[in-house]
Amino acid sequence: MNAVDIEDVEIRLLLEAIFRVYGYDFRQYAAASLRRRLTQWLQKSGLRSFSEAQARVLRDREVFSELLEGITVNVSEMFRDPHFFKALREEVVPHLKTFPFIKIWAAGCSAGEEVYSLAVLLCEEGLAGHYRIYATDINERILRQAEEGIYPLEKMQQFTQSYQRTGGKRDFADYYTARYDRAILARDLRNGIVFASHNLAVDAGLGEMQLVLCRNLLIYFTPALKERALSLFDGSLRSGGFLCLGTKETLSGRCIAGAYSEIAPGTRIYRKKYV
Amino acid sequence: MSRANDIRYRAIVAGVSMGGVEALRVMFGGLPGDFPLPLLVVHHTGVDPGSELASILDARSAIRVKEADDEEVIRPGTAYLAPANYHLLVEKSGALALSVDPPVNFARPSVDVLFESAATAFGSRLIGVILTGAGSDGSRGLKAVQDKGGVAIVQDPADAEADSMPRGALAVVTADHVLPLKNICGLLCSLAASGAGKTDERR
Ligand SMILES: C[S@@+](CC[C@H](N)C(=O)[O-])C[C@H]1O[C@@H](n2cnc3c(N)ncnc32)[C@H](O)[C@@H]1O
Repeated sequence: MNAVDIEDVEIRLLLEAIFRVYGYDFRQYAAASLRRRLTQWLQKSGLRSFSEAQARVLRDREVFSELLEGITVNVSEMFRDPHFFKALREEVVPHLKTFPFIKIWAAGCSAGEEVYSLAVLLCEEGLAGHYRIYATDINERILRQAEEGIYPLEKMQQFTQSYQRTGGKRDFADYYTARYDRAILARDLRNGIVFASHNLAVDAGLGEMQLVLCRNLLIYFTPALKERALSLFDGSLRSGGFLCLGTKETLSGRCIAGAYSEIAPGTRIYRKKYV
Repeated sequence: MSRANDIRYRAIVAGVSMGGVEALRVMFGGLPGDFPLPLLVVHHTGVDPGSELASILDARSAIRVKEADDEEVIRPGTAYLAPANYHLLVEKSGALALSVDPPVNFARPSVDVLFESAATAFGSRLIGVILTGAGSDGSRGLKAVQDKGGVAIVQDPADAEADSMPRGALAVVTADHVLPLKNICGLLCSLAASGAGKTDERR
């Protein structure tokens, strides 16, 4: 066995131990990128090996929290992939409008950038007060941050450009107040959003949704865990409902693929067929 | 049994930024359609997604050129370009993986991320190539390739449209080969052929 193989064994043991002690299951995350983030965490932690880290992580919740921060990738932005939000606005919202009340699940919502983008879009389409978004993530610290809806002011320029590319016609500055170096999102946008912790690797699905978003999270999972997450989404979606994945994520080859059709090639917006 | 199991190397990784379109055209253009190795490539586009780049290069090369997809298993005679805004990694199984982890030294995709993951996955059965480019992305990655016993190739800085990526790499790595772009395909072909029949003693 070479050094890499030995480290692989150590990582497997560490993940197994974390699952048994803390209930967080990272055993089915895609190996290469998980290893990269674990290695970065290990270097910062000052511990010499994953075996040494294991003894600490299992006994010290603080150390585990740091590791959790290292593993979960809370990278997001408002209106990421503007063409996706444009398609959502033009192709999906008209269908949503036919319902008296809309239920939406945004899984892996990170610091809320995506759900607030969705809220902007829904409000502009006249749906304020007619929806509830269940915004979930595995990382409870990032959820608390999401609830605040405060972002670095310097990001607003990029968010504004993306907003305009989604077909947004208002002045994006109407949606936030600048204070020092931060942008505080308008209170109204928070109406109808419920932030809650939920782990796609271990928890059950949510109730009847018309729209499910899970973008840029499945790429971190092995095929088996992707299947698990997708079957949760499928169980939570009514016929005629929509499932949205990230630009480089697809249903093709997955168990539930046959029950869905992509609304237009490359949109990664899938509609559940009526049976 | 597939041919890939008979030859010494599992893959070639390459990193390129400024001047990259032309460099990739030359490098891919010089490889035969039955080239026995897969190529994984990070090209910093700077601007918006270059998914057209893959089809442009594909049309001008005998090898197949495509944008990398998540979970796709790498095959000989095919070059996989990292999609804009995603890091490209490779698993030990030879399956590609993508991530939206933060940019590394302002780059996503990052050459370092690709090279380090490939060095972990393939050990000494890897060839790393740093071509023309601005910035210093790729130096750490090429060092990782060499540390694991792989082959380190750097485009001669004097020959590169932008020399800082090659220079950066040469500052941390004693490259196995430093040569002008036009000679790189020939070297890759002979490396790919020379190892035929050998197996890696560590596996
Ligand atoms: C890269 S972010 C994607 C954010 C957003 N959806 C976007 O596309 O911009 C992935 C998020 O998934 C969360 N996550 C990771 N594993 C998870 C799991 N097993 N269940 C739920 N969320 C998870 C991370 O904490 C992180 O916030």
